Amino acid sequence: MINGLLLGGVLALLSLGLNLVFGVIDVVWICYAELIMLGMYGMYFLYTVYHLPIVLGAAICIVGVGVLGLVLHTLVIAPLLGAAPINQLLATGGVLFFLQSAATVLFGVEFRNLGLRLPVLKVAGMFVSYSRLLAFAAALIAMVLVYLFLTRTYTGAAIRAIAQDRQIMPLMGVDTRRIYLITSGLGGALAGLAACLLVLQYDVHPFVGLTFGPITFLICVLGSLGNFAGGFVAAFVFAGIISVGGLYLDLEWGYVFAFAFFIVMMFVRPEGLMARRS
Amino acid sequence: MLALTSVRAGYGTFQALFDVSLEVRRGEAVGVIGPNGAGKTTLMRVISGLIRPTAGTLVMEGVDLATTPAHRIVELGVAHVPESRRLFPRMTVEDNLRMGGFVPSARPKFHRQLEVVYELFPRMRERRHQLAGSMSGGEQQMCAIGRALMSEPKLLLLDEPSAGLAPVLVEQVFQLVDRIRASGLTVLIVEQNVQQVLRVVDRAYLLKTGHIQTAGRAADLLASDSIREAYLGV
Amino acid sequence: MSRYLPWIGGAALLAMPFVYHQPYPLHILIIILIWSFAYTSWSIMGRFGLVSLGHGGFMGVGAYVTALAWNYGHVSPWIGVPLAVAAAAALATVVAYPCFRFRITGHYFALVTLALSGIVLQVITATRDFTGGSLGYTPERYRGGSSLWAFQFSDKTTWYLIALVVWAAGLYVWSRVDRSMLRYALEAISEDEDAAAATGVHVTAEKLKITVLSATMTALAGALYCQYQMFISPDTVSGISVSLQMVFAVVVGGIYVSLGPTIGAVITILLAEVLRIWFGTRAVGWDNLVYGVLLVLFIIFLPKGIVGSLADLRRSVRWTSS
Repeated sequence: MINGLLLGGVLALLSLGLNLVFGVIDVVWICYAELIMLGMYGMYFLYTVYHLPIVLGAAICIVGVGVLGLVLHTLVIAPLLGAAPINQLLATGGVLFFLQSAATVLFGVEFRNLGLRLPVLKVAGMFVSYSRLLAFAAALIAMVLVYLFLTRTYTGAAIRAIAQDRQIMPLMGVDTRRIYLITSGLGGALAGLAACLLVLQYDVHPFVGLTFGPITFLICVLGSLGNFAGGFVAAFVFAGIISVGGLYLDLEWGYVFAFAFFIVMMFVRPEGLMARRS
Repeated sequence: MLALTSVRAGYGTFQALFDVSLEVRRGEAVGVIGPNGAGKTTLMRVISGLIRPTAGTLVMEGVDLATTPAHRIVELGVAHVPESRRLFPRMTVEDNLRMGGFVPSARPKFHRQLEVVYELFPRMRERRHQLAGSMSGGEQQMCAIGRALMSEPKLLLLDEPSAGLAPVLVEQVFQLVDRIRASGLTVLIVEQNVQQVLRVVDRAYLLKTGHIQTAGRAADLLASDSIREAYLGV
Repeated sequence: MSRYLPWIGGAALLAMPFVYHQPYPLHILIIILIWSFAYTSWSIMGRFGLVSLGHGGFMGVGAYVTALAWNYGHVSPWIGVPLAVAAAAALATVVAYPCFRFRITGHYFALVTLALSGIVLQVITATRDFTGGSLGYTPERYRGGSSLWAFQFSDKTTWYLIALVVWAAGLYVWSRVDRSMLRYALEAISEDEDAAAATGVHVTAEKLKITVLSATMTALAGALYCQYQMFISPDTVSGISVSLQMVFAVVVGGIYVSLGPTIGAVITILLAEVLRIWFGTRAVGWDNLVYGVLLVLFIIFLPKGIVGSLADLRRSVRWTSS
């Protein structure tokens, strides 16, 4: 059960990033999980090959994937801002393809691991891995920081405002393109952080994005795309189901249960899905 | 202060404004009246930069508005209160006001301007932490005007401030406009409610199907027939 | 003259294997035909804005159910394939019905279908004791390798003709949909669902119809692929890559034209073969890499695909010359 909580923390972080980008720019980065995959490779190389201390590696990783977010926005999203939403979606699909293949070509399909053996702690009679605890704590801190940013700064207010009424932003003196860039960078940075946390526990390979990408999408849809609080709650619910499923059977079944749960939820509580028109 | 010369504008192939020329002098209150679909909102949007003119010039204190990026126009001192308020519904009153004071030049003055707005609208001070979308129409109008005032503008553009409001509230809104005027702010109001607006402004223009039909002092226009013709076609 | 072109072309295609039967080119043609059929199936719903990123799932269901029914149930594909198709139809209904009923469209729908193909892949991997997981799966060869009952043929010409017929049938279905009331209903729905519903269109039912049609055709493609290749693995017949490949091919070829998906198939498969021959074993991943870049470029610069853009070009030339 604890493990479900910790996985939930990371999933919540992921859905926050996706929701941010969707809420502000109105585009879904289908390749979001692939950005994380790149971040994980980055950590692998920085730590294992170049022997950088892990905290420094993490900082570089977060900034690096943040920059990737900016690049993604500038090269792929910005030219398509006026296009049909489905085109925007497909373009990020193309990027997904590209990133997976680039990773295959550059790094090969072997699984790589940081090789870190972090201790296992005994907390209240249960065994909890240190890496999971760290992941949860980091995710929580990051989310609090993002929350403060959104509520206490002018830029954060602009980000929240754009999601509610895009057209009148110039009247407030807000340059929407700049806000889009900042949001893209932030979304990328969150992915970078998620990568640092995930790489502590999981192997990295070109298709690792497929393990938690679809789940993140389901979380965001269930919590309603763009709704930060909804995504947060849904993340923990899904994490719980995955953990329970993974406990008794192979981990893959956990994801299957989660999807089945999603389908059932759509039948049972459509009001829980505030997802109406796209 | 603000001068439009032969401005044309529209949406795609649809042209809404034809050779519109008007001017607003410092300290004045000018009205633009006209029936539905006359192009009044388009006019406001062209001035505040939400849409670009296809021809003509717009000059604000010597600066060409047509070539200024839309989000820079607020810095020039032009604040636009859009039609139907357009508050950010899921943000608090205070957050909405904060957005009004977003431009860098307004940020150091935030707390001072906030006080000014709360003095003007005591009800907003009471509701400062309430979500803007949950307020009544009249309160939203107050908040929207307050938001525009946060940037300490030189020229205030009001787009149909009385729309959708009960007559009592309409009275209040125009009394408010009077007060704002009295504090020295230049105001350009676009309105359908002829009687109310002509009592508050110095001069007015009559806009019909994108053309300026008449212009003159408010009192003269009130007395003339041209308005009745424009609105009722008689 | 141009009216007879399809007939001439069709006759040529039919006659071809009897005149020229080198196995390798025939193999490529068969692969092209099967995938064209799959891509055409996708475009039947894709053209109405119902962009599914989950068709890899349906294809996988088609392939694996057929193979598993044969190997474990000793059930002939003549029964296994309808079973697989029915399974795909059921899956499509279970996922699409709540989506349509609760107005989950566009972004949301694409994401849900994306997750679907991911989940199908997970199921295949999770049941590795039965399906071989990521290592792939082989249907058992029946006696000599050629049998109508087992639907296995060692002769490429036979397969070519089968694939040709199925491909042509796919085009036929496409054109029937194109001329049907269903098309107008779906176009109205894609413009404005509420308005369509107000005019009496049963939005959910119509969308469900096209989705099930598309899913079942795709499953058939999967089953055919399985029987032809005699080897399937999760990432060649299912998963997100396959789904995206479908989208890519149709976007490149042209989504609103019946032969668009086929052109897309020709381009993608030839491209993959060229890369494979050129790079050899180092080619792993390069084809998808090129697809990815091309997809982005096409979406940005040629959203109507090659065929669609050419059609536009032809139309504008006709205007200026007249």
